[in-house]
Amino acid sequence: MRIIVCAKQVPDTSEVKIDPVKHTIIREGVPSILNPDDANALEEALKIKDQYPDTVISVVTMGPPQAKDMLIECLAMGADEGVLLSDRAVGGSDTWATSNALSAAIKKMGHYDLIFAGRQAIDGDTAQVGPQIAEKLNLPQVTYVTEFAIDDNMKDITVKRSLEDGYEEIKIQTPCMLTAIKELNAPRYMSVSGIVHACSSEADIKVWNAKDVEVDLDTVGLDASPTNVYRSFTPAPKGKGIIIEADGVKEQAKELLINLKSKHVI
Amino acid sequence: MNFQLTKEQEFVRKMVREFAVNEVEPLAADVDAEHRFPTETVEKMARYGLMGIPFPKEYGGAGSDHISYAIAVEELSRVCATTGVIVSAHTSLCCWPIFNYGTEEQKAKYLPDLLAGKTLGAFGLTEPNAGTDASGQQTKAIDMGDHWLLNGSKVFITNGGYADVFVVMAMTDKSKGNHGISAFIVEKEFPGFSIGKTEDKLGICGSSTTELIFEDCVVPKENLLGEVGKGFKVAMSTLDGGRIGIASQALGIAQGALDVTVDYMKARKQFGRSISKFQALQFEMADLKTRIEASRLLVYSAANKKDKHLPYGPDAAMAKLFAAETAMHVTTKCVQFHGGYGYTKDYPVERMMRDAKITEIYEGTSEVQKMVIAGALFK
Repeated sequence: MRIIVCAKQVPDTSEVKIDPVKHTIIREGVPSILNPDDANALEEALKIKDQYPDTVISVVTMGPPQAKDMLIECLAMGADEGVLLSDRAVGGSDTWATSNALSAAIKKMGHYDLIFAGRQAIDGDTAQVGPQIAEKLNLPQVTYVTEFAIDDNMKDITVKRSLEDGYEEIKIQTPCMLTAIKELNAPRYMSVSGIVHACSSEADIKVWNAKDVEVDLDTVGLDASPTNVYRSFTPAPKGKGIIIEADGVKEQAKELLINLKSKHVI
Repeated sequence: MNFQLTKEQEFVRKMVREFAVNEVEPLAADVDAEHRFPTETVEKMARYGLMGIPFPKEYGGAGSDHISYAIAVEELSRVCATTGVIVSAHTSLCCWPIFNYGTEEQKAKYLPDLLAGKTLGAFGLTEPNAGTDASGQQTKAIDMGDHWLLNGSKVFITNGGYADVFVVMAMTDKSKGNHGISAFIVEKEFPGFSIGKTEDKLGICGSSTTELIFEDCVVPKENLLGEVGKGFKVAMSTLDGGRIGIASQALGIAQGALDVTVDYMKARKQFGRSISKFQALQFEMADLKTRIEASRLLVYSAANKKDKHLPYGPDAAMAKLFAAETAMHVTTKCVQFHGGYGYTKDYPVERMMRDAKITEIYEGTSEVQKMVIAGALFK
C-alpha cells in the first residue's frame, strides 16, 4: 500500500505576528515546525505501516527550500520518502492555486492508495487545501477524521468523522483522501536512528520545481490566485470567563439562567 | 575548526528536548520525592533509540555519535538528572566496554538487547574499601577451569537494582596489583549474584544506587571481558568515556536551573519591578551563562575527540571537572535568586541543587579529575 501524506511547514506560534503593510506573516525569528494536524495525518499513516510493514509512506509539501527540514523530520519519524515542490512560480499561492500545484505533484508521484492530510494549517487555518486536492484528483474524501480502521484487504476503510454536535461513521474505499484532526492519535517523536538516516545521503528527499510536476503556470502563484488577503489581524482576546459557584448543580443552573436573562441572551 | 553542530546533532537536540519536556519533566518532581526509578521512561527511551545512540546500526545501535549522545544526556538532565544518569551509566559504563573490548560473540550476545533498551546495563568497580584507590579491589575471581568464581561486593552501583547486565572488575591475581585485575560480564540471573543495600541519597533520588553481592557467583569462562589482568585498563578507559556522560549531565542540570531562573526572575516582582531588571542580578546571571557555555564547549570538544579516535582522557576530565563545579555553582546561585521559594520543593531548583552535587563525586571526584589532568601535564 502506498500512502501520500500532505504536510506543511508552519511558524511555531499560536499568536503569529503580522506585517501591518503587506498583511503577510512575519517569519523572521519564528522557528518553523511540522503543522500539528499534519503530524496526526503522518502518525496515522505510520500506524498502518507498523501493522503492514510493506506500506510505503511519501510526504509531499510545497514551500521554500528550508521546508526540506520538515521533510527530514517526517523521515526521522518513519516516512519513506519526501517530496518538496519549491519554485518562485508557486509562491504566494492561495488555497486554490496551492491545491493545483500539489495535485500536479501527487499525479507525478505515481500510484497511491490513500492520501492523508491534516485538517488545516495553524498559519492560514483555511482547511481548504485537502478537500480541493481531493476534488482535483477526483477522489472521495472524508474530513475531520477522528478514528480510522482499515480492513486486511487494504481496501475497506471505516472512519469516524467529527461534527460539531456528534459523529458520523463512514465506510469508504481506497483510493480516497482523508483529513486528520488532533483527536485521531498522538504523533510519535523522531527516533535517533531515524534522524541518522534522514540526515544521511541515503535519505530519499526530492526537490521538484513547477516544471518537474508539469503544472499549468497560469493556475499557480500569486497572480493566478482568485483570493487575496484583505486584512490580517490578531483577534482581540475574549473577555474573562465566569465560574459560577453555588451549592449544587440546581443552584448553579439558576444562577446561570439569571445571568443569561439579565444579558438578554434568553 | 568547526563549532557548528551537524544537522543530525541539531535534530537529536530537537527530538530529545521535545521528549524530555513532554515525557520526563512532568515526572521529575515525583520521581525525586518518591525515590522511584522511572521504568516507564526507560521503556519510552528504548523505543526512540536513546539507549544506544553512539553505536553502529549493525549491533542494534542508532548509528549516531558521542556529541549526539552528550546532547541527549544534557537535554534529559536539563529537566531530570535521574533520567540523564540512567542513560549515561547504561551507555558509557556497560555498552561501551562490551562494544570496545568484547569478542564478536560477546557483542552479538549482549549488544542488540542492550542497545535496543530491552536490557539495562551497569558497571561495578567501586568497593567499600576501594573508591578513588580503585586498585585496592577485594572482589576475587578464581579460575575454576570451566568457569570463574566471584566473591566479594561492590557499592554505589548506578542502575544496580534494575540492570540486567553488569561489567564487573575483580582481582584475578592480587600479587600483580593493577595488573591483577580482570573484567567480567555478569548477568543478574547468574547463581551467587544478588543485589544488597539500596542507598538513600541526597540527590538523583530516582536513580537506583545499590550494592552488588557475589557469593560463589558462577561466571561462564567466555564472560571474561578483554584479557586476564587487563581489567584495570578496561575500567580506566571506560571511566574516561563515562566522564563525558557525567559532564553532559552536569551541563544539563546547570542549563535547566538557569532556564527556570530566567523565567522566575522575569515573573517575580519586588520594589515594583521584575527582579530581572536589577543589574546586580543581571551580572550574576551573565556570569552563570558564560560558565555554562564554557562547560558546553569543553564537553562537546571531548566528545568530538572521542568520535575522531583522538586521545581524550584529560579532555573528558577537564570537561567533567569544570561542568560539575559549574553545575554546583549555578544551582546554588539559582536557589539564591529564587529566595525563600527556591528552598522549597515547589520549585525545581531545590532538586537541581541536590542533584548537582553528585556530579562532583561520581565517576571520579573533582580531585581525581585534577589527578588525571595533572598527570597528563607532567607526563
